[in-house]
Amino acid sequence: MRTARTLASAALALAASGCLTFVEVPVETPIRPKIDASPFSRVYVAGFLPSGSEDVDTNLETVRLLRSQLKNKGGMRIIEADVLPLADAAKPVPAESAPAAPPAAAQSDSGKTDTIAEAELPPYEKIFENKDYWKKVGEEFGSPLIITGSVVFVPHQRSGYVQKEQEVYDSFGRRSVVPVRTYMDRKGYILRPKFVFIDGRTGETLYTETFREEILYNAEQSTPALSSYFELMDRLLPSFLSTLSSQTIRGSRFLLK
Amino acid sequence: MPALKKLIALAVVGVAISATLAQAADRKAAVEQVSFGIDAAKAGLWREATYRWERAVELDPSYAAAFNNLAIAYEQAGQFEKAKQAYQKAAELDPKNTYIKQNIDLFKEINDRANRQNAR
Repeated sequence: MRTARTLASAALALAASGCLTFVEVPVETPIRPKIDASPFSRVYVAGFLPSGSEDVDTNLETVRLLRSQLKNKGGMRIIEADVLPLADAAKPVPAESAPAAPPAAAQSDSGKTDTIAEAELPPYEKIFENKDYWKKVGEEFGSPLIITGSVVFVPHQRSGYVQKEQEVYDSFGRRSVVPVRTYMDRKGYILRPKFVFIDGRTGETLYTETFREEILYNAEQSTPALSSYFELMDRLLPSFLSTLSSQTIRGSRFLLK
Repeated sequence: MPALKKLIALAVVGVAISATLAQAADRKAAVEQVSFGIDAAKAGLWREATYRWERAVELDPSYAAAFNNLAIAYEQAGQFEKAKQAYQKAAELDPKNTYIKQNIDLFKEINDRANRQNAR
């Protein structure tokens, strides 16, 4: 009897030690920033070429949002200067009228930057390659890292079948949720920002990144354009911030014995 | 002549036994290092843990768990290339281990993300 008990306890101990061959530990994996911002003491979010919907001033809103995010979450020193009316500076001048062309004015009477049609954006975007222009901007602010680009924000609609969850009750009054496919008209927005990072000392482009996000709502739902804009920007901000500052991804792994 | 054959056979067996004993001793020492490393990692002392697991794979290069743990330590330090190599080695040594497979899948996600960032 005694031997049997001893054997049983030994087997139990063995089984227990066999089961505990792994230990789950939390890990924090660092991902390095996409560009080295260490040579720059400050960052200047200059301005953006706005394109698409006129319901949101994407130049002003993007500058404000990125400045606050870089300051609060990126821990960077931000230059709080006026927003650059980039559409004015970037307006392409027709070749035949170039010598006598007056300074381009793309600003409306209300002070809000006029939006550029999406198809007309490429000639405006040539400004990002203009090293002299950006060097001059850099000199004005003490050679910071300049962040600029373009922001396309356009209304969008799509109809089709979507899967919804519907409550159903059986004959005993018991509730259950079942997936149901229904045809729906949906509308929303597409946000396509292009971020250009420029060396304020040389005017050279260091890095460019384009994102695309879209959101769709029930056609009967009325969602303000500005809310949609922030919702979409929220999705891509972590990736934007990881350009300049390192990110930590939290997870867990199994250590083995 | 048969006596010589016997002697050679005995010598071979002797060498094999001593090699096995040495291997067992190395594995024992490696297990101790791995165990110490786990305690260090649990306390957040990843450098110490890395050192222990590096010692463990030196002592016993056939110890899959040591390579797996070392890969995790490298991953935690952001040394993705080293982590990848260590995971590969762990999977080679113990291809059926589901924990190693799970760790590799999770690592791949992060490594792909980091590579995408570098490629942009």
